[in-house]
Amino acid sequence: MTTATGIGARVKRREDVRFLTGTGRYVDDLPLARATYAYFLRSPHAHAKIKGVDLSEAEKMPGVVAIFTGKDLAEAKVGSLICGWVVKDKHGEPHKAPPHPVLAADTVRYVGDPVVMVVANSHDEAKDAAEKIKVDYEVLPANVDLAKALDKGTAQVHAEAPGNLIYDWELGVKADVDAAFAKAAHVTKIDIVNNRLIPNAMEPRAAAAEYDKGTGHYTLWSTSQNPHVLRLILSAFVLGIPEHKLRVIAPDVGGGFGSKIFCYNEETAVCWASSRVGRPIKWTAERSESFMTDAHGRDHVTHAELALDKDGKFLALKVETIANMGAYLSTFSTAVPTYLYATLLAGQYTTPLIYANVKAAVTHTAPVDAYRGAGRPEATFVIESIVSQAAKDLKVDPAELRRKNFIPSTAFPYQTPVALQYDSGNYPPIIDEAMKIADYRGFEARRAEAKSRGKLRGIGFSSYIEACGLAPSQVIGQLGGGVGQWESAQLKFNPTGNVQVITGSHSHGQGHETTFAQIVSDKLGVPLENIEVVHGDTSTTTFGMGTYGSRSLAVGGSAIMKAADKIIAKGKKIAAHLMEASVDDVVFEDGTFKVAGTDKNVPLAQAVFAAYVPHNYPLAEIEPGMDENAFYDPANFVYPAGTQICEVEVDPDTGETQIVNFTAVDDFGNIINPMIVEGQVHGGIAQGVGQALLEHAVYDKETGQLVSGSYMDYTMPRADDVPSFKLGYKVTPCPHNPLGVKGCGEAGAIAAPAAVMNAVRDALAPLGVTHVPMPATPLSVWQLIHGASRAAAE
Amino acid sequence: MYDFAYHRPKSLADAATVLKGKDEARPMAGGMTLIPTLKQRLARPTDVVDLGGVKELAGIKVEGSNLVIGAMTKHVTVATSADVKRMIPALADLAGMIGDPAVRNRGTIGGSVANSDPAADYPAAVLGLNATITTNTGKHAADSFFKGLFETALGEGELITSISFPKPDKAAYMKFRNPASRYAMVGVFVAKTGNTVRVAVTGAGPAAFRVKAMEDALAKNFTSEAIKDIKIPADGLNSDIHGSAEYRAHLVGVMARRAVDAANK
Ligand SMILES: Cc1cc2nc3c(=O)[nH]c(=O)nc-3n(C[C@H](O)[C@H](O)[C@H](O)COP(=O)(O)OP(=O)(O)OC[C@H]3O[C@@H](n4cnc5c(N)ncnc54)[C@H](O)[C@@H]3O)c2cc1C
Repeated sequence: MTTATGIGARVKRREDVRFLTGTGRYVDDLPLARATYAYFLRSPHAHAKIKGVDLSEAEKMPGVVAIFTGKDLAEAKVGSLICGWVVKDKHGEPHKAPPHPVLAADTVRYVGDPVVMVVANSHDEAKDAAEKIKVDYEVLPANVDLAKALDKGTAQVHAEAPGNLIYDWELGVKADVDAAFAKAAHVTKIDIVNNRLIPNAMEPRAAAAEYDKGTGHYTLWSTSQNPHVLRLILSAFVLGIPEHKLRVIAPDVGGGFGSKIFCYNEETAVCWASSRVGRPIKWTAERSESFMTDAHGRDHVTHAELALDKDGKFLALKVETIANMGAYLSTFSTAVPTYLYATLLAGQYTTPLIYANVKAAVTHTAPVDAYRGAGRPEATFVIESIVSQAAKDLKVDPAELRRKNFIPSTAFPYQTPVALQYDSGNYPPIIDEAMKIADYRGFEARRAEAKSRGKLRGIGFSSYIEACGLAPSQVIGQLGGGVGQWESAQLKFNPTGNVQVITGSHSHGQGHETTFAQIVSDKLGVPLENIEVVHGDTSTTTFGMGTYGSRSLAVGGSAIMKAADKIIAKGKKIAAHLMEASVDDVVFEDGTFKVAGTDKNVPLAQAVFAAYVPHNYPLAEIEPGMDENAFYDPANFVYPAGTQICEVEVDPDTGETQIVNFTAVDDFGNIINPMIVEGQVHGGIAQGVGQALLEHAVYDKETGQLVSGSYMDYTMPRADDVPSFKLGYKVTPCPHNPLGVKGCGEAGAIAAPAAVMNAVRDALAPLGVTHVPMPATPLSVWQLIHGASRAAAE
Repeated sequence: MYDFAYHRPKSLADAATVLKGKDEARPMAGGMTLIPTLKQRLARPTDVVDLGGVKELAGIKVEGSNLVIGAMTKHVTVATSADVKRMIPALADLAGMIGDPAVRNRGTIGGSVANSDPAADYPAAVLGLNATITTNTGKHAADSFFKGLFETALGEGELITSISFPKPDKAAYMKFRNPASRYAMVGVFVAKTGNTVRVAVTGAGPAAFRVKAMEDALAKNFTSEAIKDIKIPADGLNSDIHGSAEYRAHLVGVMARRAVDAANK
């Protein structure tokens, strides 16, 4: 049913009214009576021994309520933060798992590592007191440069990880791949660095905790993308508070992009200390703390080789990557450069043989974990860079080379050589549509015209595939993941006919309150204003796995569909009773139960009312009430795919790159709300453009200081850095979920870096520039041009 | 932020009195630089003297062939003033390139010039237009005002009251933004008045400076062609993750040529 508010309608985001009028409720907004405020004293060094902590002056400062050190937490048996995904190395050994203390006790391992927690009557008093703490550090050499992290002689981060190696992991059979390379007509090689990014959610991380002495209950408010998972980790592994005594609430959350999936030091410390202090404790990160301590993203050093036959068919791909884990293993860090990366290396292509070797290294930098796309942008950057480079090497059209190697539409379900089985897709029409929208044929004329203005114009493709909608629990379990990956939903009708849609997903900007309501409205015929989407509170929602990996609609939405089916099934029985008909004759259409071929009907609201006021009701057969729960565990990942085409102009005088055209054609399966999908694509591309041209987390290689530690030096993409995007869609519905949907939240960020970088490389190719590092900042592009022109002059 | 006493005097005289009488008093204009500095606990003044109540410091006047801009005049006012656009359009353009709308609605010319941030835009105009900085105790010529990194000729407690810009025949400002902060990584202000040409650079060095070689060449031939072979030495220029000294030196040339072309349009 397509209605003004159902599936496919461009319904305006309902939650935006509250966000845009300043009436959202974020963690920091909480009015907690008698609250205290926490401030964390952090390490100013990348690597140092803590020889002593002198609190004597700080304790005397006005307003101080309590001060805790790493020793206090260790004595209280507060556990290590955990990494929840066990990756087995190429010998079958589990990854090295060095401890991750909530407060550093003996050693600090990155600039920003929390050392002391000061709790005071106000934020400023806590900070004043922290300034009086004397930490005696013995500064040690730091391991900051990823390319050298595994070298002999590099400073060691953890005794538990000799040589800084967390795992040496592989996928595929190297000997088979080597044999294919030996037969290749052509081999293309690239060396690339996937630059480190800082997520920069608009709302900084925050936590507040309150302990109820009477009941022994803890309540933790956190800026979490998955409150139930956070509760599970804190209960079962870190704090030992029984799950039923800990309530975690993630209220309105201002963006996450992955960085708020993880269990962090500060929320753990605040929760633990709330019972010691006996008053609520609040903490909100300052922006500079966000820069230093939110889990960063990407940060790979990769060498890749692609073997092709004489006709340009891909024979084999070989990829070697060093992945930066940072100083400690964050919650899902180990999975990102393995199961979310190497398994995607087939891309949209029939490459029959793939070998990937990934070495995860610890360094004296902030922990690195999933960030919008998580592993898949890194994979796409490798594949799409090397495919475009191969096209340049062979002097063939990059679109042609892609098309020649696409998995044909007849081959689905398609088993890749890297474990995944793609369920559906049809790639050639996508690239055709993208080339049409981008006016690919007209490009050479535009390049010539740009040249007449002194500009270097280039065009770049990126045909991405991703696996999202995490995912079959049993597959995740086999791969070492420590949690299930289903989602829950509850449809709780009230007697007056309105309904609460309770979801285990969490919305922090994605628009679930609109999309999920549309699904229910479409399926059950309930007007949108009678639907409320509830999420984010472990006490009021069914256990849920949360929001990440573009899973909310594919998995959470499917759970809602299942719960709605149960509502319809029950409603049919009630309606059959009221209409004195056989259940088998009752159909549900447009929100009404009908007996086919008669004018008898019972609107859903009437059945709901009867269920709560069961005076005329089949009580012997069914229970009263209209409240159904469902859990949905998907049969496979979902596989969105698409092609982006980026066109840039480089100013050779300044090195500036301007994106002059950007086309994205995606297959997200069925689309619930096109406007929200566009928003997700726009935001994703902006972040991808950010990675390609602007964003770069830079540490000083000697001292380990974060040089790009504020917006003065970390370049966030702004509106005028991107053009108006040209979007298109092709639809192959997902065959295994009831909505036929695939995820759209990460696609833009996954595909865009390669599209932009390929365009920049194309623009600079006429100068003889062969290697363009990412991000292609004005400085680095100018240096390349300058170097090339100097070389030409010599 | 540490605690401080807050004052909001109504006259320049009162402001000067408060500033003189206290150990560590700081004037505040729009607070665009001062407040972030306080929030990061990088400064610890005992007293903050808000100049927002001093009416005589704001506003733009035309005095003969000079444009006199009060210290508390906001960037947005300069960017949109009909008088500025008529007399020195390049100055209005420059003001319109500072920061974002919120910053332009609070930041002031006096605060910017007093601060002498190496990456600020106004210093290029002050120097390029040979402006005179008037304070509550005297006057400073532009050429002797910017002393170094965040350092000016202002004495203890001395307040900028206005800045007087003589009208040039032609002028233009070209800015290459730092990609992150969008302050000037290199900004070049070129002005031609009679037979003299001034070329002032901001962003590239520790403080705004003039490029004599370009000025001489342009005085003879005011075209971008005239300076195309003039290289700026990279020695002593700023260097950071966004721009090496060599890159900045190169950009001075590019921006200067573009400014000359724009001035000639
Ligand atoms: C996000 C952001 C972006 C910005 N981008 C740019 C940019 O692109 N280009 C650029 O040029 N600037 C930029 N700025 C700076 C801005 O233009 C302000 O002009 C500058 O920060 C000074 O601010 P203010 O006028 O509010 O002075 P304040 O911050 O109040 O004061 C600055 C300093 O000057 C002193 N002071 C103020 N008034 C006087 C006076 N009359 N006499 C003597 N001393 C005085 C104060 O004591 C203080 O030390 C940016 C600022 C921000 C926050």
